[in-house]
Amino acid sequence: MKRLAAALAAALLCASGASAVSEPLPDQAVIDGATMPAKLSAFGLFRPGTSEPLPALLPYDLNTPLFSDYAEKHRAIWMPPGESAPIMRDGNPSFPVGTVIVKSFGWPDWNGGRPVETRLLIRRASGWVALPYIWDADGKDASLAIAGRRVPVTFKSPDGASHSINYAVPNKNQCKECHSLKGEIVPIGPKAGNMDFAASRGRSDFSRFFTWPANRIAPMPRWNDPKSGSVADRARAYLAVNCSHCHNPEGSASNSGLFLRWTDPVNVNYGIGKRPTAAGRGSGGMDFAIAPGDPDHSFLIYRLESLDPGIAMPEVGRSTVHSEGAALLRQWIAEMPKDAH
Amino acid sequence: MRFHGLRHAATLCILAAIAANPASAKTISVSAGTPDANEKLQEALILAEPGDTVELGAGTWKLTDGLSLDVNNVTVRGAGAGEGGSILDFSGQQGAGEGLLVTSDDVFLTGFAVLNTKGDGIKSKGADRIVYYRLRVEWTAGPKATNGAYGVYPVESTDVLIDSVFVRGASDAGIYVGQSKNIVVRDSIAQENVAGIEIENSFDADVHDNIATRNTGGILVFDLPSLPQQGGHNVFENVVNDNSTPNFAPKGNIVASVPTGTGVLVMANRNVEIFDNVFDLNGTANVMIVGYRYDHKDPNYQPLPKQIVVRGNQHGKAGYAPAFDGADQIAAALGGSLPPVLWDGAGDAVVLDDVGVLSLGLPDIKTPRSEAKPQPANLKGTPPARLPEIKLPESMEAKVK
Repeated sequence: MKRLAAALAAALLCASGASAVSEPLPDQAVIDGATMPAKLSAFGLFRPGTSEPLPALLPYDLNTPLFSDYAEKHRAIWMPPGESAPIMRDGNPSFPVGTVIVKSFGWPDWNGGRPVETRLLIRRASGWVALPYIWDADGKDASLAIAGRRVPVTFKSPDGASHSINYAVPNKNQCKECHSLKGEIVPIGPKAGNMDFAASRGRSDFSRFFTWPANRIAPMPRWNDPKSGSVADRARAYLAVNCSHCHNPEGSASNSGLFLRWTDPVNVNYGIGKRPTAAGRGSGGMDFAIAPGDPDHSFLIYRLESLDPGIAMPEVGRSTVHSEGAALLRQWIAEMPKDAH
Repeated sequence: MRFHGLRHAATLCILAAIAANPASAKTISVSAGTPDANEKLQEALILAEPGDTVELGAGTWKLTDGLSLDVNNVTVRGAGAGEGGSILDFSGQQGAGEGLLVTSDDVFLTGFAVLNTKGDGIKSKGADRIVYYRLRVEWTAGPKATNGAYGVYPVESTDVLIDSVFVRGASDAGIYVGQSKNIVVRDSIAQENVAGIEIENSFDADVHDNIATRNTGGILVFDLPSLPQQGGHNVFENVVNDNSTPNFAPKGNIVASVPTGTGVLVMANRNVEIFDNVFDLNGTANVMIVGYRYDHKDPNYQPLPKQIVVRGNQHGKAGYAPAFDGADQIAAALGGSLPPVLWDGAGDAVVLDDVGVLSLGLPDIKTPRSEAKPQPANLKGTPPARLPEIKLPESMEAKVK
């Protein structure tokens, strides 16, 4: 009965135009609590009955995003009133307790462009918590899918090709596989050099969210914009964003010895002349992850272009080949002098 | 927007009830028969709390996605690893690099089978004190290049016990322990893999009372460059025989270089003792000791085998079908076959077994194998001090008693 009463009260509140009095805010008690609500609406991050984030959230984009089966992602950050995230000298924001990073995934040409899933990364006092929600058929709310799920979707990629895939919504553990540093969950996308606030910089409360360090943080190139960087720089940005959350000394792929962070030197541990380690079929019968000048004999390319779970990289989050991304990496490797290793 | 807490009072109550007594371990039973068995099983593995047991019902589970466990001190127990047990069948796998991934400590896996994964079978990473017991990981069509790489695959872990597991068909290593320390692999069978059992870039392993048969190479002890750790292992009382399966590893991987018919292979390691094993029918060699002969750029890497001891082993037939480049001519010169122990001449080793040892005469690892100067070698000498027996924490041994 309490639930019904609350729902009625909420409906009345909306109907009476209460939002004119004050802008609605997310439910900080739920955000800060210890629960994993069964419904996304419990957090109050979206306009009731829609997949549209509250205006109080700060939308942002990324210069170079992680490829997720050509999904269009809508990202937004919530921080409690009065709190902000200082950006460290290395460009990593230090998010306060109560922060929620919201990311919705969908395709413009699937189901009217409505999102298929929304992932939350919540900064609680105990640490970051990752929760995946799948939108209900009526698009009004989303349900917790802690064990993930495969959702059949059909969409067209930029080259016009049609794809029908079993899109994988990750489970809670898979969220952590990528969002893991020293075994703890951490955000990976929002780094100062890669965040793009073009859409929200003009708003009056923009300055409340971040405080910036004295040093300038150079923007990371846009992987698909030649004006933003050289082929090599864009390729490295692509690898940093798509691979380095696992491929770093404290990530899920630490044992591979292949480290692809934006700051890593381009040497054997970056794949140049590196023989396979625990790659199994992923080596494709090739000797090196990156054979300079020879993308066809670089198994890094082979793994990016494969859909076989025993070969494909990344291991989660991809049921299609990102041919445009692979093309960039091919060009980068082809342009390397052959004697680079 | 302030009502949500109330709206979810019911959910909160349930969670509160579960959290109320975390000390009381519970059993979460999951059945293979549910239509969404994959999701239900994964959900159980996520919602389990420390101390809990996730119980897999008997039957065949048709799984489309890899499973994962990230909760400390959880037991995953099935109804058995053989016919009629709990069979996790990944033939239709669409995603994930392995069948089951464990990333938490004090986990006990027992009584189930993992079949036909696209990548690795069971992987545990950074999972200290893990116990693998009475498990089967198998690619049921036998040796095929399209099989997954590793069967049982603990990596970056301290205290690892692999006991009474059966692994067949891995296109790399059946039982692979990498970048770990304090390891025991015992009473297990590795059959028809490229490498039966492989200990790589690890410290302190005892590998004993196993059967490594019909692999390309039975037991491998390797150190590779550009990886975080390298370094004393005991390999003893194993039966290592008939390792005659042609190498089916994808080229480029280090195990693709293992000659068919290898019993125990030590590459670039130190403090390895191979004793009291029973060797037979290993066509290339019963024991092979070599340096790492590829280019590398790791200044900390030690490419030579050092302080390797071979003693007290029984040697059956070996060296009658040596399968490395140039071996035919060497064998012909020696009257048709090679002696049971083969050393490339790099580093140092003591061989006390009363059998022939062939050195390839290549002390400098930069010298190509084509310049081998094969000659009989006498490696009898005073061995270094015995390595201590590996002791695992009592909590681990208690699980398999």
